Amino acid sequence: MENAGATSPPGALQDLALATVMQQFPDEVIGHGEHAGQKWVEVKRERILEILRTLRDTHSFEMLMDLTAVDWLNKGMPERFSVVYILYSVSNNAFFRVRAWVPEDDPQIPTASSLWKSANWGEREVWDMFGIRFEGHPDLRRLLMPDYYTGHPLQKDYPVKGRGERSNFRKIERGGS
Amino acid sequence: MSVQRPMRTPMEIEEQVDGDLGAKRMVVNFGPQHPATHGTLRSIIEIEGEIVTGMDLEIGYLHTGFEKLAESMTWNQSVTISDRMNYLSPICNNIGLTCAVEHMMGLQVTPRCAAIRVIMYELGRIADHILGVGLQAMDLGAFSLMLWSFVEREKLYDIFENVTGARLTTSYTRVGGLLRDVPDDFEDQVRAFLKTGYKTVQEMEGMLNNNRIFIDRTKGVNVISKADAISWGLTGPLLRACGVPYDIRKAAPYLGYENYKFDVAVEEGGDVWGRYRVRVKEMYEAMSIIDQALKAMPKGPVNVGDPEVSIPSKDAKNKPSGGMEGLIYHFKNYMYGAGHGVQPGAGEVYHATECPNGELGWYLISDGSQKAYRWRVRPPSFYNYAAFPEMCLGESISDVVSGLSSLNIIAGELDR
Repeated sequence: MENAGATSPPGALQDLALATVMQQFPDEVIGHGEHAGQKWVEVKRERILEILRTLRDTHSFEMLMDLTAVDWLNKGMPERFSVVYILYSVSNNAFFRVRAWVPEDDPQIPTASSLWKSANWGEREVWDMFGIRFEGHPDLRRLLMPDYYTGHPLQKDYPVKGRGERSNFRKIERGGS
Repeated sequence: MSVQRPMRTPMEIEEQVDGDLGAKRMVVNFGPQHPATHGTLRSIIEIEGEIVTGMDLEIGYLHTGFEKLAESMTWNQSVTISDRMNYLSPICNNIGLTCAVEHMMGLQVTPRCAAIRVIMYELGRIADHILGVGLQAMDLGAFSLMLWSFVEREKLYDIFENVTGARLTTSYTRVGGLLRDVPDDFEDQVRAFLKTGYKTVQEMEGMLNNNRIFIDRTKGVNVISKADAISWGLTGPLLRACGVPYDIRKAAPYLGYENYKFDVAVEEGGDVWGRYRVRVKEMYEAMSIIDQALKAMPKGPVNVGDPEVSIPSKDAKNKPSGGMEGLIYHFKNYMYGAGHGVQPGAGEVYHATECPNGELGWYLISDGSQKAYRWRVRPPSFYNYAAFPEMCLGESISDVVSGLSSLNIIAGELDR
């Protein structure tokens, strides 16, 4: 019997997508990787929109399955944050990941919401949780935390408990004694 | 959809109303405590007469910080928070998470474990869909259907209780296996459910399929086009109701789903009716899968033999097998700290399973320690709900209720 999830979707398109990015954007690519049969490419953030559009149009990645970020604090990575785009092609049944590096001192990256509508909420959540701003996003409000909240909870230097739990919420005092 | 207006923030909507009081336009606050939202969701709806002209969604009322919490837990501990995200089919989240971790480790589960997981997964799917259809009918006025569906769900929860020890917070799976094997009366219990469950689903269909009220309020309501559905990242019954046959059980089979015969339920139209039909068809298919799995249930252990992943089995006196060495492995598995517990090795993976509401994906990153470095859930409800305003624009406000119940949003998973 087949193992739990040993089979990734067919890998051929991943290689094609990787080759396309490496050929058309050689200066943008920082690296690429593979684990458990899944491949990804790591790029600079400046031309991320062109890279994503090329992938969508030439390899029919019609779906942005998920958009998230990772905080690599003190891990010796090129930059502190990476924004991860998980692309899926419905017609070819294949996944591909693009990882764009975002520096700590200027945490912003162009929005992908003009390419896929699903990027809208994905980017709002990343802004809320990681503090990465998406240039050109139509409606970059906090999504899960309240509007008056300060801090971005999924950053690695934000403690699991302690800071910001009570102090950030308005206190209602009882009148009288 | 013909109406294309930019979404406005609540502030902008309010400003407009204040300047134009007495006009037909008004703002209705739907939720977060409205009985028809079935969860803490808030929609701020701008209406002109009865027609929805703008909508803004606010979520986060049930935000629990699961992703942050999981980064301080071991892989097996995080199973317990995966089921708390979904209060309709918690067992599916357990299985989805452990499948993702096993994918990252390149671990094969035993045939018996895979078969039990498939049965539990499909039981979870029926529990989710039957209540989803029941609540949908209740929102449109057919209260008895909700009660019928609850009777069947109760039987399913009895099965979960018998197998896992808990009705809702199942936490049944472990990396590389299960908490324990199923009890002896499991097959009889499931077979008894299949008999009554099949009949109930048929009766529910009989109540709804030719029901004039139900058809009028669902056909052509909340329509979303195929291209929009793909762009919004809709999955599950919502996407299949648009005519896209994307089902991960077929597209990237896990747990041996390629060995079972079943059809992917697809409907054209992309409306509430289509979603209802997809859910009903999937319940029949799930029952067929359970029947096949019960017939072909392999014997053998449910946990992998690797003592570094699964704890050694225990004898009747509760002593771990393998003597002193078994005891050490047991100890090592349960200790919390560097060098203990399941350590998958460095790597990252995105693994998705077809949960009742769509694609439930886990994007996991391990830095080689016993804890997750990043534990990202791709919840289907999140992306399904984001597309809701576009489905509702230009329709009447009563269709908002009909549409919302067809999305079957799980607020715990939406907000995490």
